[in-house]
Amino acid sequence: MKPTDTSDPDYFHKVVDCQWACPAHTNVPEYIRLIAQGRYTDAYLLNRESNVFPGILGRVCDRPCEPACRRARVEDKPVAICRLKRVAADLSDEVADQLPRRPAQGNGKRVALIGAGCASLTVANDLLPLGYEVVIYEKLGETGGLMRSNIPRFRLPPEILDTEINAIVEMGAELRLNAPVESLKGLLDEGFDAVFVGTGAPHGKNLELPGRYDTDRIHIGIAWLESVAFQHIESIGEKVLIIGGGNTAMDCCRSSLRLGGKDVKVMARKPRHLLKASDWELEDAEEEQVELLLNHSPEEFIVEDGRLTGMKFARVEWHDDGSGRLKAKTLDHVVIPCDDVILAIGQENAFPWIERDMGIEFDEWNVPVVDKNTFESTRPGVFFGGDSAFGPKNIIWAVEHGHQAAISIHKYCQGESMTERLPYGMNLASTKMSIHEWSYSNDFDPAERRLMPHVSLKERFKNLDIEVELGFSYEQTLTEVERCLNCDIQTVFAAKLCIECDACIDICPVDCLTITQNGAEQELRTRLSAPAENTSQDLYVSEDLPHTGRVMVKDENLCVHCGLCAERCPTAAWDMQKSELIIPYATDEAQCPKEQKAG
Amino acid sequence: MSFIRKPDIRYKGQRTNALGLTLRDYEGGMSTLCAGCGHDSITSALVQAFFELDIEPYRVAKLSGIGCSSKTPAYFLSQAHGINAVHGRMPAVATGANAAARDLYYIGVSGDGDSLSIGLGQFAHAMRRNLHMLYLIENNGVYGLTKGQFSASADIGSKAKKGEINEQRPIDPVKTALAMGGTFVARGFSGDKDQLLPMLKAGLKHDGFAMIDVLSPCVTFNDHEDSTKSYAHTRQFYHPAVHADFIPPAEPIRAGYDEGEAVPVQLHDGSQVLLRKVAPDYDPHDRAAAMSYLERHEQAGEIVTGLLYIEEHRPTMHAINQTAATALRDLDYSVLNPGAAALAELQKRFR
Repeated sequence: MKPTDTSDPDYFHKVVDCQWACPAHTNVPEYIRLIAQGRYTDAYLLNRESNVFPGILGRVCDRPCEPACRRARVEDKPVAICRLKRVAADLSDEVADQLPRRPAQGNGKRVALIGAGCASLTVANDLLPLGYEVVIYEKLGETGGLMRSNIPRFRLPPEILDTEINAIVEMGAELRLNAPVESLKGLLDEGFDAVFVGTGAPHGKNLELPGRYDTDRIHIGIAWLESVAFQHIESIGEKVLIIGGGNTAMDCCRSSLRLGGKDVKVMARKPRHLLKASDWELEDAEEEQVELLLNHSPEEFIVEDGRLTGMKFARVEWHDDGSGRLKAKTLDHVVIPCDDVILAIGQENAFPWIERDMGIEFDEWNVPVVDKNTFESTRPGVFFGGDSAFGPKNIIWAVEHGHQAAISIHKYCQGESMTERLPYGMNLASTKMSIHEWSYSNDFDPAERRLMPHVSLKERFKNLDIEVELGFSYEQTLTEVERCLNCDIQTVFAAKLCIECDACIDICPVDCLTITQNGAEQELRTRLSAPAENTSQDLYVSEDLPHTGRVMVKDENLCVHCGLCAERCPTAAWDMQKSELIIPYATDEAQCPKEQKAG
Repeated sequence: MSFIRKPDIRYKGQRTNALGLTLRDYEGGMSTLCAGCGHDSITSALVQAFFELDIEPYRVAKLSGIGCSSKTPAYFLSQAHGINAVHGRMPAVATGANAAARDLYYIGVSGDGDSLSIGLGQFAHAMRRNLHMLYLIENNGVYGLTKGQFSASADIGSKAKKGEINEQRPIDPVKTALAMGGTFVARGFSGDKDQLLPMLKAGLKHDGFAMIDVLSPCVTFNDHEDSTKSYAHTRQFYHPAVHADFIPPAEPIRAGYDEGEAVPVQLHDGSQVLLRKVAPDYDPHDRAAAMSYLERHEQAGEIVTGLLYIEEHRPTMHAINQTAATALRDLDYSVLNPGAAALAELQKRFR
């Protein structure tokens, strides 16, 4: 193998698995260290650079970082990253005065943002400090989009939403509530320099089965949640069936329990491991005694004398059809009695307000064609982001879309190329404090993941607004921060200093180092101290070592960043260096001199 | 040395041996030696050897004298028996222990200071008796623990860190072992675990005294450019004569050597040592030839390594003295102490 190029920011970034997995590449290890030091406000502000809603996402993030967490490779449970994010948000001081403002002198450009949800608000957050005039159009009377209308209050209290959304609006955005955009053409005629569409995927999918229109007790999940959120619905029948196995289904079943549901069942077509709902949301629903019935395929709504009495399901089993696809085989049929049915089988975006003759191309599914890097549609100056761009994902994806779209909008408005963007950068700096002291806590803590304390089952159903999760206590936080393996503190190796004494190899607690003859990657992986079977993780290969011409190989898979290799090394060939990923935002593009961009 | 303990991490996919133990179960306390010390590397090879031989840690007795080397038994097999004896007197303690409990694996870890100066007599007599043990000399040519004086293994002309030149002839433990009748004589290098590991395994399985002299650079006092026991010097003048492959009883022999290139040696427990002659003119069964080979290459400034001599059928101390086949600890008190009448009967024979 060729010597590894560690000057490529992606190499060390990939070692920080949580940050790599996060769509917005939030600097997780650094903010966890700040929390460990009690610097909650600093942790919050660092988090906010990439993820503009730390308080909201500290509660409801889909947390792609956690399955990626390296801790799960040395024990079962990852670091409770999302819970720690909430700690920083809950304990942070007021930050409004530390956020940038729209400068008194604007830059003369006007941008319209459609929808006041996470994607649009991120664009506003990034463009306002650059002097843009930003107008946000929202069809509802409140901000937040799906974050407010679809996530129940017992998971995300409105005051958290208000705090973080107001921080952005108060930078100087013009907010127009109850202002649905009925014609994109009309909006463009108002002379905006660019338009960003962040309208989400607001349409819940329907289930056209016999009996669907014979009753008014069948509800579309996301519309029903919105009605609950805005207090248009305050009750439901005792027996409720939720159709679907995603996170919306979990919100629907738990909301039903709070509105009078006594016997609430989630009906899923697939086996448990194929359900789309996050594990923790399934667990929370089951803790509240929601019954989860798997492998039930809906067939018919049973309406007797104009009244919904039950629903007929085929009980199925799944098998591989030989081509890798799952096929269902019906075993028998069952009728489950119910008073209400809520459909939570997916959602899609809809754009009846976009004229089809204005140069915005739509694909075969009636979804606009959007460039994956610039987020621009086929009509120059019109951008899409969040669920409205590529279909339902999650909040943190929408935030990342917002950041990228803001860069594009800025470049578009300034007449610059949207595809020539600043690359990621990296800072590497030693954490060595003295011979055996490092500026991070490197002693591996075997503590198990802390569990989130909840409001008691007796208390939580009294009111729809009671937040179920209580947040980590001081002791829980103290323990959990120490579980983080500090994966951004990298093991950096200088081959020319190595005397090949093997000290690092002997001390490594997970056998991830080897000095050996070089070879082809596949073959090299088989003859390391511990066979390197996780091919999604890189092998680091050094330059030839000065004494024997062999190479130092490190399997990045299992390293726990304890720094013992560097501590043992008599010549300081190993050093523990903090890698800081530098992510360019719209502000950086604006500050970067033109000649540097050309270079 | 390190100031935090090596964390005990049980990761997924960690290898276990036939006893279900991991490598970590064969480790000991945290080393307090200097970072980069060759001794730590030997410790690590020992951990690996015991792990791969599937030896229960409680079936091992670790013995040592005084010095950096003699601290190392604390760093492996924390569940084994062990004693840190008086300077240079470890072989006598090992002899006594071995006499009483012959069913354990004995491993003595000593240094050039401990074995070649004050303990030379003890070292020689243990070999003469063919005591059943693996005896390691962690050889770095200096007294590291007392800040770097020359030891008895320092070569003529080598310089100390402060500049003094050694003018006395060194004692070579390999040549001493050959002269004293050692039945398993080897030299390894802490920086070449591939060669050292099978030698350690074979040494532990050898029925008799197995002496391995391991060059183990002292990074603090003897790893400079005028030293003949530094990493750089050893790598430059390294001359592997015989490579040993250890093959446990149940394992098929996979190493493919041409006829005449490899000499198989059957050990008493059915395991085999395959001796691959890196130097074609080398005969590991000929004591005199081994001696002259060493001498020749020493003149050329080369450091000969490998399993240099093996004699697998010389009677051990137990065989010569016709001791009980059972460990004394397992004998009934009446057998151990047959009483005054038996003593009187015995004394009669000496009158």
